[in-house]
Amino acid sequence: MEVHQHPEKKHYIVTDETRCKGCGLCIEFCPKNCLGFSDVLNEKGWRVSKMHRMKDCIKCYMCERMCPDFAIFVDESDVPKKK
Amino acid sequence: MAAKDLEIDTSTLVKKPKKTLQHTHDNLLRKIAIPTIYCPGCGIGTTINAFLEAITKYTIVPHDNILVVSGIGCSGRASGYVNLDGFHALHGRAIPFASGVEIARPKMKPVIISGDGDLFSIGLGHLAHAARRNIDMTVICVNNAIYGLTGGQDAPTTPVGAKSRTTPYGKISFPFNLSHVAIANGATFCARYTVYEFIQLAKAIGRGMTHQGFSFIEVISNCHVNFGRRNNLGDSIAMRKMFKKVRVPMKEEDIGLDIRKTDIKYEVGKGFTRIPTGIFLNERDKPEEFSERIIDAYEFNK
Repeated sequence: MEVHQHPEKKHYIVTDETRCKGCGLCIEFCPKNCLGFSDVLNEKGWRVSKMHRMKDCIKCYMCERMCPDFAIFVDESDVPKKK
Repeated sequence: MAAKDLEIDTSTLVKKPKKTLQHTHDNLLRKIAIPTIYCPGCGIGTTINAFLEAITKYTIVPHDNILVVSGIGCSGRASGYVNLDGFHALHGRAIPFASGVEIARPKMKPVIISGDGDLFSIGLGHLAHAARRNIDMTVICVNNAIYGLTGGQDAPTTPVGAKSRTTPYGKISFPFNLSHVAIANGATFCARYTVYEFIQLAKAIGRGMTHQGFSFIEVISNCHVNFGRRNNLGDSIAMRKMFKKVRVPMKEEDIGLDIRKTDIKYEVGKGFTRIPTGIFLNERDKPEEFSERIIDAYEFNK
């Protein structure tokens, strides 16, 4: 599990390297080009998806919706609620 | 894009999160079975994700009343990955099992997640008769236009001219239009979406589960390993970009009675050139579904 938090919007993007198979769908369909492949392989030998530029993330959920393996997700539990 | 923008930024990394973060649908998955056996980038995982999104957000059916039945094929594994009541039925016999459950316990909402080879080649008769009787169930058919699990033989949905293991010079016979078959046999709700349109697909599944009667949802999926590789359509990314490009959103009013407008078009070398998507049929003055009519007949003759 690798957790990244946005400095202002306070949401998390979590990538799970035990589930990822490196298909690259989240990397390709990210509209802000935030994600990229890792340099090291995971235990199954795949080059997994990692968050590279968290400051550009706009919380569009495209990565979570495109992922077929439930390996990347957005967590909004610490986002401050609007009044 | 400048090279400076593509640098890896590690300043936002949280090394020790305060609580354990988990996927939105993690409590609905059997974690012991994850990662899935599917090839990297397969559309069936996205379909399961959309189904879980639908039952959490877009329908009010309680989770205890949902039954996931699946047949044989890659998509047949779906009932094993979802942490709900489920059954992995015989080849083509997912609908008879679900019909039995629905008639014995009318509260239950059977959802059938299966492939085109299971539902439309060996199980076509069962699907036709379940649609004719208007049994209250939701059929999610993952259409990847090939028999993916067994090694890429031609299926009843393979388009004309497409190459497969058993048609090396191009297929010569005509494919089924699955939505057309379901509507012709009497389905009262029918929708088609590609795996690229996630939210629309989840909403359609939710509406199909709320609908009383036989609802059919066709999911155009990518089999890039057995279909895309032999037809030069590229990997899963290229196939999903193709779906994004060629999908034609349609409404019920646009189609009317001319169901031929929903035909999928395919050209040799180019891949799919036209995939109409949308909700094709939603009968508002629908006939009563089957288990209610059984109860009515029983009480009338008592």
